[in-house]
Amino acid sequence: MPSASDTTVIRAGMLRRIPGAFEYSVVAALAVAVIVVLPCLNAFTAPASWCHVSDFSINLYGKYLSYAVLAISVDLLWGYTGLLSLGQCLFFSLGGYALGMHLMLMIGKLGQYHSDLPDFMVFLGYPRLPSHWVPFRHFWFAAAAVIWVPACVALIFGFLAFRSRIRGVYFAILTQALTYASCLLFFRNDFTFGGNNGLTDFKFLVGYDLRNPATQRGLYICTSILLLGTYLMCKWLTKTKFGKVQRAVRDSENRVLFSGYATANFKLFVFVLSAVIAALAGALYVPQVGIINPSEMAPDKSLEAVVWVAVGGRGTLVGPILGAIFVNALKSWATRAYPDLWLIILGALFMIVVLFLPGGIVSLPGQIAAWRRRKAPAPAAAAPGPNADPKPQSNATKAARTSP
Amino acid sequence: MSKEFILTVEDVSKEFDGFKAISNLNFYLDRGEMRVVIGPNGAGKSTFFDLLTGRTKPDTGRIEFGRDTDLTKLNEYEINRLGIGRKFQTPSVYVDHTVLENLLLSLKGSRGVFAAIFNRTTPAQRDRIADLLKLIRLESKRDLLAGRLAHGEKQWLEIGMLLAQDPELLLVDEPAAGMTDEETHRTGELLISLAGRHSLIVVEHDMTFVRQIAQDRKITVLHQGSVLCEGRFEEVQGNPKVREVYLGRGKLSK
Repeated sequence: MPSASDTTVIRAGMLRRIPGAFEYSVVAALAVAVIVVLPCLNAFTAPASWCHVSDFSINLYGKYLSYAVLAISVDLLWGYTGLLSLGQCLFFSLGGYALGMHLMLMIGKLGQYHSDLPDFMVFLGYPRLPSHWVPFRHFWFAAAAVIWVPACVALIFGFLAFRSRIRGVYFAILTQALTYASCLLFFRNDFTFGGNNGLTDFKFLVGYDLRNPATQRGLYICTSILLLGTYLMCKWLTKTKFGKVQRAVRDSENRVLFSGYATANFKLFVFVLSAVIAALAGALYVPQVGIINPSEMAPDKSLEAVVWVAVGGRGTLVGPILGAIFVNALKSWATRAYPDLWLIILGALFMIVVLFLPGGIVSLPGQIAAWRRRKAPAPAAAAPGPNADPKPQSNATKAARTSP
Repeated sequence: MSKEFILTVEDVSKEFDGFKAISNLNFYLDRGEMRVVIGPNGAGKSTFFDLLTGRTKPDTGRIEFGRDTDLTKLNEYEINRLGIGRKFQTPSVYVDHTVLENLLLSLKGSRGVFAAIFNRTTPAQRDRIADLLKLIRLESKRDLLAGRLAHGEKQWLEIGMLLAQDPELLLVDEPAAGMTDEETHRTGELLISLAGRHSLIVVEHDMTFVRQIAQDRKITVLHQGSVLCEGRFEEVQGNPKVREVYLGRGKLSK
């Protein structure tokens, strides 16, 4: 008797995951295209060939993909846990700075001043390398710092914020204040991180010349693997009971709290995890763009990341990736074609999404299907109910899932 | 006090910005008892539940669970883990989860972050969920998103979620709100069936419902943050002070 009900429970669970199988095959195909095909087209085709991918493009795509990882980290907080963080770029930048410090020390005597010290330290008159810079000579120390520095900042900030039960708008404002304060701090020359100019003029990473296209191609491949890994890890995590608790906190935090879960611990875990994800993205971003400075921590950068997620579709994992790539591709084009209009275009795009496509790009197929159904002569009773839900996107996908 | 009380509330007061929400409240609940708490709006019913569940702390007085567990020192989730479950006035379920998942998340068990990451549902838990689904009559809607349930069904689901925690004491705030007469009656039957195995405090406005579930049980009337009177339904109904409190506010006691 119980076994019969068991199997139905299991079967029902599997049925709900069949669209997932489709998603995985699409992801696998895209992963091969991005990780294998594009770099091959860059490396093994003649520059004149129609299918050649230029070094410039590969570098640009690498940048987009690291933004996509950042976008996932925003969505893990905002879309899945209901925590709108407006300071996610702080962690992105901290990861970038940690690796940037190592890259600065790898320049050696090739800098403008031919000194062992990084250039900015020479013209600011540093007698020797500050002691906290010294261990960053070792790549593995820097790589570890990429993870633990942002993790510690997130742990301390998150612990205080969640213990004090700071929620909603107040949390958003506080994260924005945190990143702005850090931005101002890093602007100071005496903070020993290059002040206004930040860290730049990188030459080598673990012995590879960063000006060599092959190195940039390698960084691009690393970034796409990081994106795939982040996607799969988050996919798995959101399917576990932990992921269910996460979404329950988003939808009804009191119910979770009064069901015996210490919601603050769950939120803290997600906050630290997404800080680490953002930091890894930042660490791969910096050697590809060749500079990290405090403007990366400015609040508007983090806001932009939130826009990517909104445009792509929050509460999904594909959405942030699409959003980050789409908005940044648009930005690359628009800042060349209409340099003065970019911010207006971005604002208009955000408003259009909020007003007409609250589920973002990923909800577009479902929206079109719903629109078609409405236009169809026989009014099927599949209208997905009042769309006043704050998360209409997930509603739309679920509706699409349940309809035959 | 005596060892038999599952809940002891003594001389508890709570003030919000000069407003005495609860003043010198004394309340004792026997193990296995079901108590209905009624009272006009603003009588302090919700604050009473807030005090019991750790949402707010009393200014003075003591609240003890069982023999000697001081609830005033614990927070919401610690109190819940002791075995006190609370159903909110407005049904709060996880709208983006299925009915099944709602129950799964509420099942008694480990509540830690890492336990949640590596959690696997056991066959015993699946059986328990199947039983609960039968009890709350939502078997056919198991895989429906809770957000799509009717209002009454959400109330039932939340009661099911409470039962999944297997609490010793259930605090139920207006379980029949927004239900049809038939649903209300069934809810009453469900609550009656729980008494004995669990202890319950039910806050309710609907007097037909109160009469149904109270039967010969004791009812507590709250007024201005303290107990106005206690007794059986007829006694309470006949009490002139109670009539005055309800009538005085322009409300008819049925």
